[in-house]
Amino acid sequence: MTAPQPLISLQSVSRTYRADGVAVTAVRNVSFDIERGEIVAVMGPSGSGKSTLMNMIGLLDLPSEGALYLEGADVADLSEDHRSSLRARSIGFVFQSYNLLARHNAIENVALPLVYCGISRKERLARAEQSLESVGMVHRAHHFPRQLSGGEQQRVAIARALIASPLIVLADEPTGALDSRTGAEILALFAALNRTGQTIVMITHDPGIATQCRRTIRLHDGALVADETLAPIPPERSAAP
Amino acid sequence: MTMLQGFQIALHALRLNPLRSILTMLGIVIGVASIVTVFAIGSGAQLRLQEQIRSIGANVLMINPGAVYQGGVRLKDGSKLTMTESDVQAILEQIPEIQAAAGSIAGTAQVIHESKNWNTTINGTTTGHFMVRDWQLATGRYFSGSEEAGAGKVVILGSTVAHELFAPGEDPIGAQIRIMKVPLEVVGILDRKGPAQDDVAFVPLTTAKLRFLGSASNINRDSVAYIIAKVAADGQMAGARTEIENLLRQRHRIPAGQEDDFKVQDPAAAMEAQQGAIRTVALLLVAIASVSLLVGGISIMNVMIVSVTERTREIGIRRALGGRMRDIRLQFLCEALVLCLLGGAIGVGAGVTLSMTVARMAGWITSIDGQAIGLALAFSIATGLIFGFYPAHKASKLSPIEALKTE
Repeated sequence: MTAPQPLISLQSVSRTYRADGVAVTAVRNVSFDIERGEIVAVMGPSGSGKSTLMNMIGLLDLPSEGALYLEGADVADLSEDHRSSLRARSIGFVFQSYNLLARHNAIENVALPLVYCGISRKERLARAEQSLESVGMVHRAHHFPRQLSGGEQQRVAIARALIASPLIVLADEPTGALDSRTGAEILALFAALNRTGQTIVMITHDPGIATQCRRTIRLHDGALVADETLAPIPPERSAAP
Repeated sequence: MTMLQGFQIALHALRLNPLRSILTMLGIVIGVASIVTVFAIGSGAQLRLQEQIRSIGANVLMINPGAVYQGGVRLKDGSKLTMTESDVQAILEQIPEIQAAAGSIAGTAQVIHESKNWNTTINGTTTGHFMVRDWQLATGRYFSGSEEAGAGKVVILGSTVAHELFAPGEDPIGAQIRIMKVPLEVVGILDRKGPAQDDVAFVPLTTAKLRFLGSASNINRDSVAYIIAKVAADGQMAGARTEIENLLRQRHRIPAGQEDDFKVQDPAAAMEAQQGAIRTVALLLVAIASVSLLVGGISIMNVMIVSVTERTREIGIRRALGGRMRDIRLQFLCEALVLCLLGGAIGVGAGVTLSMTVARMAGWITSIDGQAIGLALAFSIATGLIFGFYPAHKASKLSPIEALKTE
């Protein structure tokens, strides 16, 4: 039996864009692994390459140099279609601006990734209902996004990210558009998901949020400047009254 | 994503903006409706001509009187009956290609049976007439030799006349009818040949001359108004025609260089030429109607391009959530197809209604066949595919990262 591979492994990953003939390096020579069950905060000022890194982990983008492995497979070897299918099945996106389809109600939005997994409408809706229930939004299943508050929309978006039981949930500033109380509720939801074993990577520029994650990766000018992991929480502490 | 899901998504998207969807479809609706209508009217006109051609019979030559000079004055065609029964005899006996021939005189009169009466064409002729036209009896018999020779008081009715004079279920054979106070016995009823042909009553030529139509001063005892002759085979038409012309010139003692006093015509050929003309005009009209289909297609393309731009963010979201490029392409292609198919279906409905209205109001014969409807629908599907492809392709090529950034 081979040693277990990390869920995601970045090896000397760089991403260079060419804009108006000028090469801009958004991410330079970044290496780190993400293990199953981790919750990782990616921090850095704006323009530090967080979103580019996220797009690559989310298979929306490919490294210009270096390699990114998902469960040991180099994603550069996968076809565009294969990467799309992996996005549908293995990756759950949560965006700062929710990105729900305005013309579809909550349950249809949640079911959307399953359309691209070839699952029947009946099963899609049944699973979407379960997923909505897990984020406490089943009572809003037939509301349209404009009828929901920001926090509610983000919960629906999280339900959508979870519906295909993804390997990893990628959240890009998930609380950035919310007030602090609602933001805290969303963070608590992520923490609860992580306790069930869900791997989560979360972009944030709020140090307060980052401290709630076990591990923080800091980027500056596209380079990795820190990768800190908190000491594991002693089991007595979580069991204490 | 399957085709079915593509159509579901398309229908959902189109329902959200019904006015725009309907306006977009309008070009296709008008295009398909005009194609269906033009087809219906065109093939109706052709059907009518075909019926006339059939009713004349195959390989039939018709000989009508031509212009004659009387003391240097040129009279119009047909003002004098120049052909005679002995011309008919001569054509039959001397031209081997001629299978059957008959002379006729005709007029109109009231036919009366008990309390019913009907105005119709009275045609005095010989049994040869039915042979030339391949006209079978529905019931009864043709004229006998003695009836033809002796001006027998018998009549054969076209089916329209029989229908007008006799109640359904009543047997007309043996019944007495009257034409111009002359009682005649019905001996036969003819098969249907077409509405214009069935309104006729045939009597023996001798009977017509002696009892009804013979009093006109320009008819000598022997003359007939026209002759019809059947040629044995298709390829012999031209030869038979020349032989008839030569024979009649000789019999009528027309010197070389002088005009014929008769005209030999091939009515089926003339009608076929007419049919060709109708076909050409109908094709031209269909081509014009197709232009509006083209305009409809362009309008669909225009709206689809706008729609792709408006929904860039939706495309980005769908791509991020696992939609492949081909799924996005299929989604937008399905939208264009649904627009065209719905437009096509509405257009077929409108076209059928329109041509039926034309048929009723103008009294034209129209014929709607599945082929024309299928063709129109195929055209609209093709329009959807052709004009929907570019916008759909454009949508599928969008970068998901860029698409997610747009507002």
